[in-house]
Amino acid sequence: MNMLVTILVDGITYASWLFIVALGLTLVFGVLKILNIAHGSFYAVGAYVAATFVAWFAAWELAPWMSIVALLLAAVAVAAVLAPLTERGLLRMFYGRDEVLLVLVTYALFLILEDATKLVWGANPYFVSAPYSLFGTVPVGGQSYVGYDFVLVGVAVFCGAGVWWGLNRTRIGKVVLAVIHSAEIASSMGVNISRVYTFAFMFGILLAALGGALTAPMISVQPGVGVGVVIVSFAVVIIGGLGSIQGAAIGALIVGLARALAVHTWPPAELFSIYVAMAVVLMFRPEGLFKQVQARKI
Amino acid sequence: MSAILCARELSKHFGAVVAADQVSIDIAAGEHVSLIGSNGAGKTTFVNLITGYLKPDHGEILLEGRDITALGPTQITQLGVARSFQIPQLCAEMSVLDNMIVAAACGDGALSFWKRAHTQATQQRAHALLERFGLNAHAARRVAELPGGVRKLLDIAMAMTHRPKILLLDEPTSGVSTEEKFPMMDTVTAALGSEAVTVLFVEHDMDIVTRYATRVVAFYSGRILADGTPARVLADDEVKRYVTGTAH
Amino acid sequence: MKHDTRNTAVAGVIGTALLLALGALLPKWLLFLTTMSAANGIVSLGIVLMMRGGVVSFGQGLVFAGGGYAVALFANRLGVTDALLLTLAGGAVAALMALPFAPLLARYRGIFFSMLTLALSMVLYGVLVKTDALGGSDGFNMSRPTLFGMRIADAWSGYVLYAIAVAIAGALAILARIYFESTRGLVSLAIRENELRVAYLGASTTRVMTANFVIAAFMGGAGGALAIMALGHIEPNFSYWTTSGEFVFVSILAGHYSVLAVFVASFLLELVRSFSSAYFPNTWQMALGIFLLIVIRFLPRGIGSLWLDWRKHRGAGA
Repeated sequence: MNMLVTILVDGITYASWLFIVALGLTLVFGVLKILNIAHGSFYAVGAYVAATFVAWFAAWELAPWMSIVALLLAAVAVAAVLAPLTERGLLRMFYGRDEVLLVLVTYALFLILEDATKLVWGANPYFVSAPYSLFGTVPVGGQSYVGYDFVLVGVAVFCGAGVWWGLNRTRIGKVVLAVIHSAEIASSMGVNISRVYTFAFMFGILLAALGGALTAPMISVQPGVGVGVVIVSFAVVIIGGLGSIQGAAIGALIVGLARALAVHTWPPAELFSIYVAMAVVLMFRPEGLFKQVQARKI
Repeated sequence: MSAILCARELSKHFGAVVAADQVSIDIAAGEHVSLIGSNGAGKTTFVNLITGYLKPDHGEILLEGRDITALGPTQITQLGVARSFQIPQLCAEMSVLDNMIVAAACGDGALSFWKRAHTQATQQRAHALLERFGLNAHAARRVAELPGGVRKLLDIAMAMTHRPKILLLDEPTSGVSTEEKFPMMDTVTAALGSEAVTVLFVEHDMDIVTRYATRVVAFYSGRILADGTPARVLADDEVKRYVTGTAH
Repeated sequence: MKHDTRNTAVAGVIGTALLLALGALLPKWLLFLTTMSAANGIVSLGIVLMMRGGVVSFGQGLVFAGGGYAVALFANRLGVTDALLLTLAGGAVAALMALPFAPLLARYRGIFFSMLTLALSMVLYGVLVKTDALGGSDGFNMSRPTLFGMRIADAWSGYVLYAIAVAIAGALAILARIYFESTRGLVSLAIRENELRVAYLGASTTRVMTANFVIAAFMGGAGGALAIMALGHIEPNFSYWTTSGEFVFVSILAGHYSVLAVFVASFLLELVRSFSSAYFPNTWQMALGIFLLIVIRFLPRGIGSLWLDWRKHRGAGA
């Protein structure tokens, strides 16, 4: 029983930050039709900036709870600065080109950002432990879990619900949905496509950076944190269906729980199980569990 | 005369839309059949069913007595049914000659891991076929640079590469200017030459139909409305009402 | 005039012979660099072969690692150490690995193809990292290869491995050129342009693509075998997505028109990697990224297309 609870808590915690990241990835694909390899890099930058802000806040002797504010500000800062630069300065040059070509462009961006973070922050790891202990511990079923993990789950749910509400219940959301459905038709109806693209990309990057910032207290922030995230978030998004919010949620849960199950029952399966799931979905239902995009088969 | 192509009770639905409604038809070898009908009448669906692009919900298709209903485009082409497209399907970045060589290379048994695609022999054969279609002057040009009429002819020339038994032309003169239509069809007919190819062509232009068809089949709402000589079918009242629009 | 088969073979043999002779004069670090370029170039050539059919594989690491691990095991456990035999074995094992997946892969295009190949290579990575018998994430060392039954003396090992890699790369380059110019090679290009048309001309596009994948897998495995013989060590990272990404980088840089361009691009990558590591650490990936963007933006058909356009300019069209 204890084992089950551990697996559930582990799985759902893992799924939470994964969902925040995957949500951004799937949104960017849905609106801009770009599968962004550099999404993991923005996650990493988010983590690094979070580390820096938390350190600054501590140096300025601000209250400990302000470290959470530091995390959130980090995500916003990354999105506000890097997103427009990337979208306007780089991606815009390649709109309309082949979808795989755009993946390659984002791969180039990933390579550039990998080294950029090393140049700015160096190769040594950063530790951002202050926020992690802020929420104390929570006893569940006889075991003690860190409160921060549950806060993470809360943030994930908030993000998911927020995005869903924003897309389906606001005017801006309806416009974005129209662009997701068909940019061409939306544009001929007077929608400023390029503004929607910039906004959607910025929002997607905000989520990536937020995922990184919130995860920073749980890991050691060092070169390479983004690399693993890229591939795992791709798996989630493929399993759930490119462009689908529910898909990102279900995909994150599946991956998170599968991983937790493996770690606690059959460790060798920890890594490959995710990719087996990804491959199986691609083989039998390439559009993912919640179809939004038609897979081009013959 | 035994039929080279038989369709029996072909039916195809797309949701509530009936694209083919129990279509039955026998085509004899050597006939030049024109398929007419307004947009959405089922002509292209019929062509797509015959060439394996779509699978019928019910019914069967027989080629020289052999059931080809379940086969795909590749196999049906290999059995001798070739097709051209309403929007010419070509390799736009390649030259006209290369397109013809590709067509030749796709033939049964021609695919090799080491035999060169461009040889004296293959190039000569390609030039010869281009000559029959009056396209030789364009041989070295990139397809993307060519005007619409030339691309349509190339599409047909490629389909003709392997001496098909049945040639399906989907709106061969659409997108071609009026004064070019007759010369184009004359070229195609001349290129078919003495080979007894059965031709089915989808056409909207009734002048073309009367001049080049030995038989006309009119479609409406997925059914065959009329079937016979051009004179008889085009004089038919229902055809006039639903297809040519000349009734009042 | 298009390349005549005989001319190609002769040019290839002469080029290879020149490189072999040149190798005797090169310093050790350059020999090693060229050996790795040749090995990795072969792997990238496999990706280019698939690219000619219109698909980009992000999972070449699967066969690179598959061939590599097989070869390391053959050498360590079965005592098969002949370098040439091992290269063939690596290619064969990789081709066999790809065989069950190739027809399936042949039905996909675009990002779904890329993602499926990526997933498959990551499955292997995941398995390898957790398999302690194979050294887990550290991998293991491979015993020294031999040549024609003779041990390779330490002083000569750099040159001998170089010679083997260059010779095999030369042979595969010639064969690849012949394949590119063959009917299957031309039809592959046609599939890339308009596969509906190819299907309606009577060619089985799945069969052509399947064959391409198996051949590309052979190349991945052969390249993997050469790489691990040169490095003396194998690890799961060979199957990681970033390794596959480097091969894709070389393929995009080279383009799919010229076989030689693939090896030139591979050499450029190795050059940038070593110089960068030595003088400007933490910049070589950035250099690659910038390079890649420049190529995609200004030279989308790769550096091989420069050679092609130059030849066309000289009135060399058919």
